[in-house]
Amino acid sequence: MASIDHQVERPPVAEARFSFSSHLYELISTVDHKRLGLMYIVTALLFLVIAGLMATIIRLQLAFPNGRVVDADTFNRLFTMHGTTMVFLVGMPFVAGLSNYLVPLMIGARDMAFPRLNAFGFWIFLFGGFLLYFSYIGGSGLSGAGSAPDVGWFAYAPLTSRAFSRGASTDYWILGIFVAGIGSIASALNVIVTTISMRCPGMTLNRMPMFVWVMLIDSWLIIIALPPLSAAQIMLLIDRFLGGNFFNTQSGGSAVLWQHFFWIFGHPEVYILIFPAFAILSEVIPIFSRKPIFGRPAMVGAVASIGFISLGVWAHHMFAVGMTSWSNTFFTASTMLVGIPTGIKIFNWTATMYGGKIRLATPMLFCCAFLFQFLIAGLTGIMLATGPFDWQLHDSYFVVGHFHFTLVAGLVFGLFAGMYYWFPKVSGRMYNETWGKWHFWLFLLGVELTFVPMHFLGFLGMPRRIYTYAPDRGWNFWNLLATSGLLFQLPATVIFVWNMLWSTFKGERAGDDPWDAWTLEWGTTSPPPEYNFESIPEVRSSRPLWDLKNPNDPDWKFE
Amino acid sequence: MDAVLTETAPASVEWKLPDRGTMGIIFLIVTETALFTIFVVAYLVYIGKSLSGPYPKDVLDLPILASICLLSSSVTIVFAEHALKRHRIGLFKLWWLATILLGLEFLVSTGLEWRKLIYEDHLTVSTNLFGTTFYSLVGLHASHVIVGMAFLLLVMIVSLMGFPIHTQERRVKFLSWYWHFVDGVWVIVFSVVYIIGR
Repeated sequence: MASIDHQVERPPVAEARFSFSSHLYELISTVDHKRLGLMYIVTALLFLVIAGLMATIIRLQLAFPNGRVVDADTFNRLFTMHGTTMVFLVGMPFVAGLSNYLVPLMIGARDMAFPRLNAFGFWIFLFGGFLLYFSYIGGSGLSGAGSAPDVGWFAYAPLTSRAFSRGASTDYWILGIFVAGIGSIASALNVIVTTISMRCPGMTLNRMPMFVWVMLIDSWLIIIALPPLSAAQIMLLIDRFLGGNFFNTQSGGSAVLWQHFFWIFGHPEVYILIFPAFAILSEVIPIFSRKPIFGRPAMVGAVASIGFISLGVWAHHMFAVGMTSWSNTFFTASTMLVGIPTGIKIFNWTATMYGGKIRLATPMLFCCAFLFQFLIAGLTGIMLATGPFDWQLHDSYFVVGHFHFTLVAGLVFGLFAGMYYWFPKVSGRMYNETWGKWHFWLFLLGVELTFVPMHFLGFLGMPRRIYTYAPDRGWNFWNLLATSGLLFQLPATVIFVWNMLWSTFKGERAGDDPWDAWTLEWGTTSPPPEYNFESIPEVRSSRPLWDLKNPNDPDWKFE
Repeated sequence: MDAVLTETAPASVEWKLPDRGTMGIIFLIVTETALFTIFVVAYLVYIGKSLSGPYPKDVLDLPILASICLLSSSVTIVFAEHALKRHRIGLFKLWWLATILLGLEFLVSTGLEWRKLIYEDHLTVSTNLFGTTFYSLVGLHASHVIVGMAFLLLVMIVSLMGFPIHTQERRVKFLSWYWHFVDGVWVIVFSVVYIIGR
């Protein structure tokens, strides 16, 4: 490697002795996009474990009728914190972490456009998360009522008003999410500007990796869709602290307006969360099928149109609230439109695999499962988009089953695929393939066992967010089945964590490009040096490393 | 491998991307616009929904002078920018001071308006829906004016202390874009609150 000369020239830094304080100082003061990206991802994984344990308690409580694991108040806090954590402290930092780590590497840049803003975004996000969790200690406030927030992750008015939500618990929900949201907006803004202004020579938008394209559109959605939530939260703060009347129906305010504002944010948010999975699949599937992605322009167009349509579908969360039939019709139609670009994407991923030389390594296994499971999640989504169907199953376990299928069976599978795929790049070592396969099959089984029965529970009339149920409802079997999925999901997660930890220190050396991949991040060392690239690369096609490895048959002749 | 990458690559082509600062301020303005949009929508939704007085038509006077001041500060800041571009620092400071004074006049008259509304008309945030939405929207805008003023003052102070401000022409430009945005928002707020809402 040519980089050896360069490293000799570097001044000798006191790296020999391990010192806790110097490592801490480095962690706090770093503005390196790779470190910040990893810090985001590690934070997300920690919160994932916390919220996952909450889900475990919830499932244990519901395993049998008349469950006595937790009481009703604790149950309310559990599902609120589980949902809030998963969306804002797991999903969002994964978006930020993945794009932070990978976007500069993939576009041949040395760092993000605003490295210090990047660090600011991470730290304010982290302390937003701490603020939310501090509610367990400080939530009782001056009036001595309340603990953690218990208003649900969408915190509908008027449940959040002073009268119904005493103490400071709801304020912790508002402020924690508000502060974390500032971090997400800062990071998204950074990704957009990096993609626009920092691409290496020759990296035109047509040649940009699919991952970067999807994250660009994702970040665009974040800066458009997150401020409405912040605005609504400011209004809620004004209501709670200054006696405002925004959501106070007794003085003419409207509780439904909160629902509108929340879902104007909330629906784009679920696309914001799923986009990283789209981004990962669009990189992993071509590499493991040994074929360039099928219909690249259509893929970019599909993501862009999902992003666009997602801004106009929010009220399908509100069919049961009693809107005009015109609104119901509009939002049913616009929601169904999302099915078209999503269908294009699933078709193109499948078509990429068609006729390819498929290698079923762990990342590819997760991608294959994603295709099946996300398809089912999409189909139940279309079912729920139909107004009359939604009136039947609104706020039932069918809805819970649907969105857990999109986010766990979909997003989490995509994230696992991405983490296995880029693990050799980040650590320089290979994960253990056998454990990876065990993780995949156990997790697959667990997820199916847990979330498929929820759909049936919905059909049988079980409402969401109930803390227990009577034994004569006919829900016992399906609930026990759903809980039994834990027996597979928990060991799978332990295997994953162990695999990552063990392989980081003891795994086989992976080399710089173990997958024989085509995008720029595999063209530098593993792990990448602080400056990413010795010299800024120049690219001539969308698969620069292919051009490099096949000088007789380069892509740029055909693009 | 990097070295190989550059070896096979063709000779450097013309490669120019948009300036990152410019893009940064543009997207900051985009995301701020999304924030304001929700407050404006809330105001529009709640026009005429107050169950009790005081109502907008009884208590609101058109803030003509303040609006003229704020909008003309958008002009003076452009003059200041042009002066800076031609390295005429004295002229720059003069126009910059004018911008600050015009912005200050806007803030002072907003303060006086609120004082009148609170003490004479007894309209507070909690009085009725009009009070809630009025103070929120106008207050959100005013808080942006205050942030803008803080940066304007910062530039004024450092340039008075002899800092070579012409080296920061780019950043001064971004600040002036932000200021234009705040003024643009006022046009919307003015139309919504004082014309449509009255």
